Amino acid sequence: MVELSSNFLFASFILYLVAILFFGGAIKQKKGMEGDHQNANINRWGKIGIFLTIVGFISQLGYFVTRWIASGHAPVSNLFEFITFFSIMFVAGYIIIFFLYRSIVLGLFTLPIVLIIIAYGSMFSKDITPLIPALQSHWLFIHVMTVAAGEGILAISFVAGLIYLIKNIDQTKKSKKTTWLEVVMFGIISLFGFIVISAIFSLANYTASFDWINKDGVQENYEYHLPALVGPNEWTLVTENRMEPLIELPSAINALKTNTVIWSFLTGGLLYILIRLLTKKRIGQLFKPLVKKMNSDLLDEISYRSVLIGFPVFTLGGLVFAMIWAQIAWTRFWAWDPKEVWALVTWLFYAAFLHLRLSRGWHHEKSAWLGVIGFVIIMFNLVFVNLIIAGLHSYA
Amino acid sequence: MNKIKCECGHVNPHGTVLCEACGKVLVEEEKKKKLLDMRYEGTARRSQTYNRSLVDKIWNFFSSVKVGVWLIVVTLIASALGTIFPQEMNLSISVSAEEYYQDRYGIFGQIYYLLGFHDLYRSWWYILLVASIGVSLVICSLDRAVPLYKALKKQRVTRHNSFLERQRFFTRAAMENANQDIELVTARLKKKHYKILEENGNVMAEKGRFSRWGPYVNHIGLILFLFGIMLRFVPGFYVNEQMWLKEGETKVIPGTDKQYYLANHAFVLELYDEEDGEVYKNAIEEKGGIVKNYQSSVTLYKAVGESLPGEKPELQEVKNYDIRVNQPLKMDHYAVYQSSYRLNEISAMTFALTNKETGEQFGNITIDLANPKGNYDLGNGYSVQVLSYFPDFEILDGEPHTKTPNPNNPAFAFKMITPDKPEGETSFAAIQQTIEPLGENTYKMAFQSVETVNYSGLTVRKDLTLGIISVGGIIFLLGVAQGSFWQHRRIWINQSKGQVAIAAHTNKNWFTLMKEIQAVLAGTNLPIPFDQQLDKEEAKQQGVNTVG
Ligand code: HEM
Repeated sequence: MVELSSNFLFASFILYLVAILFFGGAIKQKKGMEGDHQNANINRWGKIGIFLTIVGFISQLGYFVTRWIASGHAPVSNLFEFITFFSIMFVAGYIIIFFLYRSIVLGLFTLPIVLIIIAYGSMFSKDITPLIPALQSHWLFIHVMTVAAGEGILAISFVAGLIYLIKNIDQTKKSKKTTWLEVVMFGIISLFGFIVISAIFSLANYTASFDWINKDGVQENYEYHLPALVGPNEWTLVTENRMEPLIELPSAINALKTNTVIWSFLTGGLLYILIRLLTKKRIGQLFKPLVKKMNSDLLDEISYRSVLIGFPVFTLGGLVFAMIWAQIAWTRFWAWDPKEVWALVTWLFYAAFLHLRLSRGWHHEKSAWLGVIGFVIIMFNLVFVNLIIAGLHSYA
Repeated sequence: MNKIKCECGHVNPHGTVLCEACGKVLVEEEKKKKLLDMRYEGTARRSQTYNRSLVDKIWNFFSSVKVGVWLIVVTLIASALGTIFPQEMNLSISVSAEEYYQDRYGIFGQIYYLLGFHDLYRSWWYILLVASIGVSLVICSLDRAVPLYKALKKQRVTRHNSFLERQRFFTRAAMENANQDIELVTARLKKKHYKILEENGNVMAEKGRFSRWGPYVNHIGLILFLFGIMLRFVPGFYVNEQMWLKEGETKVIPGTDKQYYLANHAFVLELYDEEDGEVYKNAIEEKGGIVKNYQSSVTLYKAVGESLPGEKPELQEVKNYDIRVNQPLKMDHYAVYQSSYRLNEISAMTFALTNKETGEQFGNITIDLANPKGNYDLGNGYSVQVLSYFPDFEILDGEPHTKTPNPNNPAFAFKMITPDKPEGETSFAAIQQTIEPLGENTYKMAFQSVETVNYSGLTVRKDLTLGIISVGGIIFLLGVAQGSFWQHRRIWINQSKGQVAIAAHTNKNWFTLMKEIQAVLAGTNLPIPFDQQLDKEEAKQQGVNTVG
């Protein structure tokens, strides 16, 4: 059953990959403007692309159901499972918006990001973990699944915002805007960099074991799967012939995970520089031709609409259900745990977004930036808070 | 105040921008603009009308969305800063907070502590921020809701030209016999769930008006929620107590006014093992023991009748229950949660009074560590006195000392009285260790055995604010859904002097409205409205009509 489940996930990965090709073909063929008031038909390539996306989505649901059966509980209890479920909801968000606005270009940008997220998730341990007592509750999946659904829909706002920026930022000269857009691109590439570097060293079977002293003065052991650039507090290298850390971190910081983050940025940086050297263009500039037939008003509305749909869902899952469960499991509905606080930050951010939309000056470009920032906050909560700041919710 | 009389005869209150009846633009400044600001239908809002007294100034400050957004953003940033290092309230530390942050996080920790970020969410300024959001919510909602309600109730079908032509979607064209087309369009609009109002061949179609109340509903929900949180500080609304209950013990439940007693029969901790299934094998191997369950099997008692202080009351059994994580024991408004545990703690120690030379023993004493008694008579002139007790023994500067109050390493000073040493000998005994401070003794207290017991950590909670908080939450969600999933759309079709004017307004999602208008107008001779907000260049690029 576990095997079948993995196969479903793999199949959807391939389906999305092929769908991207069809979406690419679709916008090449398309005449006129996407979101044109007169002409909103989708050509054959586009139809095949969306069909494949839906099949891929169903296949991912297959992964989810079979893994649920295999493990005996909803598969949202560790980092791999949660990230994978988030990717499912990301696609669901796209499908919902597709049926409202029929946008192909949106799919062309959504699916590659989804692929990176799926691959990112599968870098974490795929073991089925038994549930500790606090997680043995129906609220586990009610809460986590609703949060992921909200975040998946909100993420569409990011994609639409990103396309808006790629289309509308003047790439003929370097400016603050082009720089920030490149920073966003670099972030995405670094996520990809994490996948590349982890895959390389796991193929080489690299492990280095470190003993170290934790903040309570007790000895612990870390198993590094990437060469240690930064080492834990008072480390001693146990495995022979392995690289020694360049810097030692204090015990308050998780050295193992920080090391991984550094490697991701290094690899991402390298990839980024390579692309820039080979194409002699900014990444934003590189994608610009793909989006020139996209209606800016439509993008703005998609970005706003997905926040309107995603915000209530996120509130329900990330705050209301979270509070109900916390009241039952941890005796109080709010404990100021970092993960909770970041859910609050996310929520306040989108509340500010909605209020800013009330004034005309915050439509279009500024709104697009806000959509991007919102997603950065969501990813921060998903990646950094889980990895670096540990609290009640730390999965890994 | 000076009222404004419109040419249509309607008398508007001071501060009105658009005539409440016909929509004519009343304010000169507004007439110069190409498009109207339709957000509150041009009604008189207090905050836009008065700005003299202090009350006006405060009112205007808090009713501004700009201020509201700033409050939200500052709260957001502050909240995020509070996660850099753990909050004091989530730590259990024995040293002072200042020391703790400095030791662990160095200079940054020190700064963090000095700025008060270690206890951010209970600091006065954080609470003030949240309270300001609450005040702002009340004022901004009052400022807008009442005028908006009046305006939306008083809608007219026939609108002044100056109103129509300043709508974002607008067109006008000369047209004979438009009535037939208008009828067709009206029918189509009805199918799309628009409500139709007709007056002298003019039409207004409207849908989703109730969504305009969404923000006010959700703000009311938020206000209730914040109010509920404040109630927590009212005595009697909130109880939060901790109790440690060892196996076999019966204790009063703190915070219940001595009404309830709890007996702990057994505490159990279970780990996952092979029997739980093949699928978990890898994870268990990798992580070591994973806790499957911990629970206290308890009996809840209720005290009956009055009892004098210090006296144990008569107890009446209420129920037996297994308290687990996620499954608290509930009674009245109280809930008792399984929150932690201490395993295998020493509860009693047994020593034997022993002659060192002969090895002869003169009886055992068993000391209950919860209640170490002073004197143990062993008969025949042998007795032992406990002089002092150190639960967590260590030697500090040559003196015996206890590190913590927990019995991690218990030690005792005994006085042994025997027939041959009626003065008594002093001996110091710990596990595996005897010290004789006053020279060689004839007798010793030989350590025999320990008894251990499990402690169950329980949290007792009563929270009468939950009801109002939940109601607030539900109202908030309904309001957000109402305002987000529906939009308020209006389409006006007015005829005058052989011309047809079509205008439309929505509070959000203009793109979708345009598509809907195009669909209902398709195949008729009626003109399709332009988006007046696009400039010509943009419009050409997007294949959309514009004016001129
Ligand atoms: C955390 C606090 C707040 C939350 C979660 C919140 C939530 C919302 C939401 C969801 C909307 C609907 C937006 C839309 O449908 O486009 C809204 C509208 C609005 N909010 Fe808030 N709000 C908050 C605080 C405030 C504050 C402090 C003010 C005070 C200035 C304010 C003023 C408004 C106004 C004026 C509207 C528009 C009303 C209308 O369109 O008729 N909000 N709010």
